[in-house]
Amino acid sequence: MYSNKVMDHFTHPRNTGEIIDADGVGTVGNPTCGDLMTMYIKIKDNRIEDIKFKTFGCGAAIATSSMTTELAKGKTIDEAMKISRASVAESLGGLPKVKMHCSNLAADALHAAIEDYKGKLKKNKEEQK
Amino acid sequence: MTINNVRQIYVDHSAGKPVDSRVVDEMLPYFKASYGNPSSFHRFGQEAKQALDNSREDISKLINAEKPETIIFTSGATESNNLAIKGMAIRNRKKGTKIVTSAVEHMSVVNSCKSLVRQGFQTTFSPVDSYGLLDLAKLEENIDEQTKLVSVVYANGEIGTIQPINEISEIVHKKGAYLHVDATAACGQIPVNVKKDGIDLMTISCNDMYGPKGVGALYLKDSLRIDPLLHGGGQERGLRSGTENVSSIIGFGKAAEITRLEMKSESKRLVKIRDSLIQGLIDPVPYTFLNGHPKKRLPDNVSLRFNFIEGESILLSLALSGVFASSGSACAAKTLQPSHVLLAMGLKHEEAHGSLMITLGRQNTQKDADYIKELIPSIIDRLRNMSPLTPKELKK
Ligand code: FES
Repeated sequence: MYSNKVMDHFTHPRNTGEIIDADGVGTVGNPTCGDLMTMYIKIKDNRIEDIKFKTFGCGAAIATSSMTTELAKGKTIDEAMKISRASVAESLGGLPKVKMHCSNLAADALHAAIEDYKGKLKKNKEEQK
Repeated sequence: MTINNVRQIYVDHSAGKPVDSRVVDEMLPYFKASYGNPSSFHRFGQEAKQALDNSREDISKLINAEKPETIIFTSGATESNNLAIKGMAIRNRKKGTKIVTSAVEHMSVVNSCKSLVRQGFQTTFSPVDSYGLLDLAKLEENIDEQTKLVSVVYANGEIGTIQPINEISEIVHKKGAYLHVDATAACGQIPVNVKKDGIDLMTISCNDMYGPKGVGALYLKDSLRIDPLLHGGGQERGLRSGTENVSSIIGFGKAAEITRLEMKSESKRLVKIRDSLIQGLIDPVPYTFLNGHPKKRLPDNVSLRFNFIEGESILLSLALSGVFASSGSACAAKTLQPSHVLLAMGLKHEEAHGSLMITLGRQNTQKDADYIKELIPSIIDRLRNMSPLTPKELKK
């Protein structure tokens, strides 16, 4: 039922784990099936220098997390914000229809991590004033 | 069997079984030689009719029915459950409009009951304990004067728990209701005796006894009357119109005969393999639990849950290593809902998520079990290492 790309990312997921001193962390739950995903990002010069994920979910959820980290790595924050469920699914050679909601999870977790980073940045600036 | 040098181990027998080759042999003549319609007057018809009656007899013997005519052939367990529940409910509408069933039923029972609710009936799903066993006191409470039918699964194929049908029957009859039992998973694995168990109607599946799919039966106690779902030429005592699926029914009879003769030794063999799998997976893998009752359990059923991970990803990993099983996880379901059976036993969503169901069959051996025991711990470790829920001490 899954494409070869999905199976590849499922069996050899890229960038799994945590970043202890992450600049941004985003956790989202999947309202459809109750799954959970966390993304950790490390930012340097406005770019995603490092990214890692943890996923409690199906094969598609693991593969989309992995693909999202690959797409996001090295991108500027603004570029990374444009990564969407559609672009993740497309890079994986498509997903079964019932599994499209899983790719939401990955993109949302990435965006949540970036928002977290931005929030911290703002707070730091305010404190410096 | 091996494909690309990977051993292929099928352990999803509660979902579907291969047809026994002795059954196939018995069926073949009924496709091209004895193709008559059992309702026809001539020799071809009478030959088919005789064969049907022989099958009826084989099946009635297996369940110790009072006579062969109590067996009504249907298109499978789903139809039998529909026929029993709707047929009884509508027939007895004037006497009572409540149906009591359990929280661990097959969807064909659940949805038959729900469809009756839309027609003005009432349904109560009686609760089970953490093993999936019916709470008998609650059951008794739930049966009132309006209740004419109680429908209970003999043993749920997903968790393996066998219900105390005898005690249930006593309660149901004391309260003046009739008992329908869905014996889809049980009949063929454990002795089922409609007289001793006190069963009024019973659903039987053919594929679950290594016969073909698309055929089943309903046992209907001699004195009972129900309304049919299908109207037409009046076959099966008017309870199931439509020309009988002769070749499959012949296979059904043979499957029942084989089951009657071999069930005892086969079940003994499976129990050994089952228990070695259960122990061999629970012991080495922490946070692993058995679903269902450890003893009152179908011989083929290994139903486990591994905390902190999700079942579909377990299935996918197993399939890559040539092992084919199933899961009650929401992510593995078309509906994206966790199994209602697991939730009924009090499991949380995330616990149901990590469920893995291995159901053994005739071609499985202890070697298959050993292979699975070796394979699973590393799969679980890998997935747990990726999960945000896994506690620190388990990380490698
Ligand atoms: S994460 Fe549940 S279906 Fe994909």
